[in-house]
Amino acid sequence: MSWVTKTFKSTLGQKLLMALTGLFLILFLVVHLAGNLQLLLPDEGESFNIYAHSMATNPLIRVVSIGNFAFILIHVIYSVVLTRSNKKARPVNYAVSQASTNSKWASRNMGILGTVILIFLIIHLRGFWYEFKFGELPTAVYDGVTYKNVFAIVSEAFSNIAYVIVYVLSMAFLGFHLSHGFASAFQTLGLNHVKYSPLIQKVGAGFAIIIPALFALIPVLMYIKTL
Amino acid sequence: MNLTLKIWRQKNHSDKGGFKEYKVSDISKDMSFLEMLDVLNEQLSDSGEDPVHFDHDCREGICGMCSLHINGKPHGPKQTTTCQLHMRSFSDGETITIEPWRATAFPVVKDLVVDRSSFDRIIQAGGYVSVNTGGVPDANEIPIPKRIADEAFDAATCIGCGACVAACKNASAMLFTSAKISQLAMLPQGQVERKERAERMIAQMDSEGFGACTNTGACSAECPKGISLTNIARMNREYFSAVVSSDNV
Ligand code: HEM
Ligand code: SF4
Ligand code: FES
Repeated sequence: MSWVTKTFKSTLGQKLLMALTGLFLILFLVVHLAGNLQLLLPDEGESFNIYAHSMATNPLIRVVSIGNFAFILIHVIYSVVLTRSNKKARPVNYAVSQASTNSKWASRNMGILGTVILIFLIIHLRGFWYEFKFGELPTAVYDGVTYKNVFAIVSEAFSNIAYVIVYVLSMAFLGFHLSHGFASAFQTLGLNHVKYSPLIQKVGAGFAIIIPALFALIPVLMYIKTL
Repeated sequence: MNLTLKIWRQKNHSDKGGFKEYKVSDISKDMSFLEMLDVLNEQLSDSGEDPVHFDHDCREGICGMCSLHINGKPHGPKQTTTCQLHMRSFSDGETITIEPWRATAFPVVKDLVVDRSSFDRIIQAGGYVSVNTGGVPDANEIPIPKRIADEAFDAATCIGCGACVAACKNASAMLFTSAKISQLAMLPQGQVERKERAERMIAQMDSEGFGACTNTGACSAECPKGISLTNIARMNREYFSAVVSSDNV
């Protein structure tokens, strides 16, 4: 076995991949949110549609988006690998356990939280990404140029209360995932330092609330507008 | 105090095992938990029943031999070793559930006794330093800053009890291994084998069947010596820098 394969077969190597892909996904969330917030502009989707078009045609963004899919895949695959070997390390459970006295719930349930996020991602990609790429979309014309009107399918989806509830709940799960994941990734990378760790923890706690809350705010406001 | 004890009994490694209930009475609040079990075992011996097997040695909190998962926590409700836990931490009439450490890498030998030799093998893989033979060196020959000496000493207080593994949802040995790697990595004497130590000890830890680290912090919260999570971060740095820079292809 080469040293590279050996490293990524070790528990620490696998966690390194989880942490790096997780941090990339965190960065992606910020960019994605910045784009989504344009849905709230009072221009009937013009900025959002133009933005979506420029994202889909920019070669750099296309490379990043392929990377993004690959990183989600790596994150999910290694979450399964790690969760399985972690379960194998304790085949017999305790009859009595007071885990809540020594650790936070989210940290013990990253697999469940991640699975809910994954299910949401599949629904989300099917509904928006797939439709945008391969579906029959209505069009909109701005300054004589024709654009795919993604805004139209997004507003239609967000006029459905069930979809809005699923979206908001999923963001809550994402928030819990991040409430542990953000700081955990730095610890995995070995970045634990008296000067910076308290800051990383605070930023992580804030990030885990603010980013999912802003994501969730969009469907809620768009639903209210349809009332 | 009068207590009901729900104790895991298991004849040997291949036996399935199960809980058995016992009653003990007139237990003094000042007894240690192990002394309370001694009382139970006297009782069992008198009635011709096999006494409950459990590990212990120093009974003063320094050897790491005592174990026991008591009422859902390693070493019971206090952050100390079971030998230093006193019956005043329990109330009269209480039912106390006692289980062995649960981990693939800590197989049950009998009742509450588990085999922790996997820890010894991790140490054998790299938890040592090379020293010169010859005359006795002067004690203060090598300058070590006080802060570093203190931090290395803190890591060295790990007594190898395994409560970290018992507490971790993944039965991970990261806190133990990181303490053992840290105590040597921080000191000048530990530099000779620094890279191979990290690589070898972690390879051994993985091959023993311990889980990975989810950074839940349960280990440190339950560690009787308060070994800090900063050691795990240090171990990760040691390992990552070792794999990219060592000549071990
Ligand atoms: C936007 C989506 C996601 C983000 C931003 C994210 C972020 C993170 C981060 C930063 C960590 C911490 C890594 C570490 O402890 O070093 C983590 C851990 C984890 N993630 Fe995710 N994640 C996402 C989606 C998912 C999905 C879809 C799954 C799985 C089905 C998943 C499963 C896990 C698991 C199981 C862990 C804990 C691994 C362990 O330490 O045992 N995550 N995630
Ligand atoms: S790190 Fe703490 S809990 Fe783990 S073996 Fe050492 S002393 Fe025991
Ligand atoms: S018996 Fe030695 S630490 Fe408890």
